[in-house]
Amino acid sequence: MFAASIGLAILALALAWPVPIALAKASWPARAPGTALALWQAIALSGGLSMIGALLAFGLTPFDGDLGSAARLLSGRLLEGPLPSQTGALQLVALAGAVVLGAHLVLSLASTAVSTDRERRRHRALIGLLSSPLQGSPGTRMLDFPAPVAYCLPGVRSITVLTEGLVRVLDAAQLRAVLAHERAHLRQYHHLVLLAFKAWNIALPWFPIANRAEKAVALLVEMLADDDARREVDDASLATAIAIVGSPWRDGDPTAASTASDELVPEADPETLGARVSRLVSPPAALPAGARPLVLVVSFALIASPVAVLLTLL
Amino acid sequence: MITLGVLERSVMNALWESPDGLSAPELGERLVAVEAPAKRRELATTTLLTVLSRLESKGFVSRTRATRPHRYHAVNSRSEHTAELMHEVLQLAPDRDDALARFVGGVSPTEAETLRRLLASRGTGE
Repeated sequence: MFAASIGLAILALALAWPVPIALAKASWPARAPGTALALWQAIALSGGLSMIGALLAFGLTPFDGDLGSAARLLSGRLLEGPLPSQTGALQLVALAGAVVLGAHLVLSLASTAVSTDRERRRHRALIGLLSSPLQGSPGTRMLDFPAPVAYCLPGVRSITVLTEGLVRVLDAAQLRAVLAHERAHLRQYHHLVLLAFKAWNIALPWFPIANRAEKAVALLVEMLADDDARREVDDASLATAIAIVGSPWRDGDPTAASTASDELVPEADPETLGARVSRLVSPPAALPAGARPLVLVVSFALIASPVAVLLTLL
Repeated sequence: MITLGVLERSVMNALWESPDGLSAPELGERLVAVEAPAKRRELATTTLLTVLSRLESKGFVSRTRATRPHRYHAVNSRSEHTAELMHEVLQLAPDRDDALARFVGGVSPTEAETLRRLLASRGTGE
C-alpha cells in the first residue's frame, strides 16, 4: 500500500509539472490535434486521480489498505478511539487531504458549470432580442456590431452568431469557412472540454500547469474546428478569414471605430493565430504511422493506472 | 404567425426607441403600426403584458408604477446590451467563466503584418 502511494505520488508529480510543460512546448500536437487533445484530457484526469489516490493509499496504510474497514473504523472511533496503533497524524492528514481535494475538484467543476450556464442563459436571451435570424439558415443570427466577430453558443438549440462587421469584410467562401468552423465546435462539443479545463484551472490556480493546459487545449480545439472547416472550403479561404478577423479592426474600416467597439480590443494572442494560419499555409507532414495509436495507448494507460490502484483499495 | 421571440424583439425595439417609456396600450398601437400595418390586427394588451412581465423578470425592462397604466422602460440601451455581449465574447471581463468558442482572438499589428506576408507569399493575399 505504501509502495502504491509512492508510485501514484510520482505519477501525480510528473503529470503536474514536467509532462505538461513538455507537451505544451512540443510541436507535434499541431500535426494531430485530436490525438493531442485526448492526451491532454488523459493527463488532467490521471493527474487528479493520482493525487487523490496517492493520499488515500498513504492514509490507509494502517488499515490494511481497505477503504471500507477504514471508513467504519474512522467513523466509529474518530471521536472515541482507539485507532489502530500505527495510525499517525500524517495518515489522518493524508486521508483528510484526499477527501478535501476530491470534493474541491468536483465542486469546482459543478460551480463552473452552473455559473457558465447562468451567463449563457442571459447571453442567449440578449442575442434573441438584439440579433435577427439569417435567412435560410435558422441556427445563424446576425448582430449589428461593427467589428468582425463570430462565435457559437452551445445549447439545446445551438446558435452561431455573426456580426455585420464580419459579413462586410469577408467574401462568400471565407464566410462559409467561418460557419463551418463554428459548426464544428458545436458538433464536437468543444465547450464541454473547455469547461472542464477551465474548472481545473480555477480549482488549482497555483499549478502553472493547469493554466498551460487550458491554453493548449483552447488552441487544439480551434485547430480541430479548422480541420473540419477545411473539408468544406479551401485552406486559403480559411487562412485568410482567420487573418482578416484576427487583424486589428480599426486599421481598415473607419466605421469600425465606433464608440461601442472603441474599448473592445481583445487581448492579443499572436501565438494562437500564427500557429493556426501557418499550419494552413504550409501544412506540416503527418505524424509517422503508429505514432497516433501509441499516444492513445499511453493516454489510456495514464488513466488506467490510478484507477487500477484505487480499485484495489475498495 | 408571430412567435414569442419575434414579439419580444419588437417590444424591445419599440422601448429602445422610446426614451420616455411606453404604456402597454401605447406599445400595442406602435407595434401594430410598425409590424403589421396591413393586417391591422390588434395585439391583445394581455399578450403584451405577458411579454412585458417576462422581459421584466429577465431584467431587460423596468416598470414605473406611479401612473396608470404603468409605463415600461428599457433598462439598458441597445448599444449597451450589445457592448455587454461583446465584452463577454471577447473575454475582457476576467471574472467570466463562460469560455465561448470565438472564431479568432486578436493579434498585434506586427503579427497581422506577418500573417499578410505569409498569405501573400502563397498567392492568396488578402
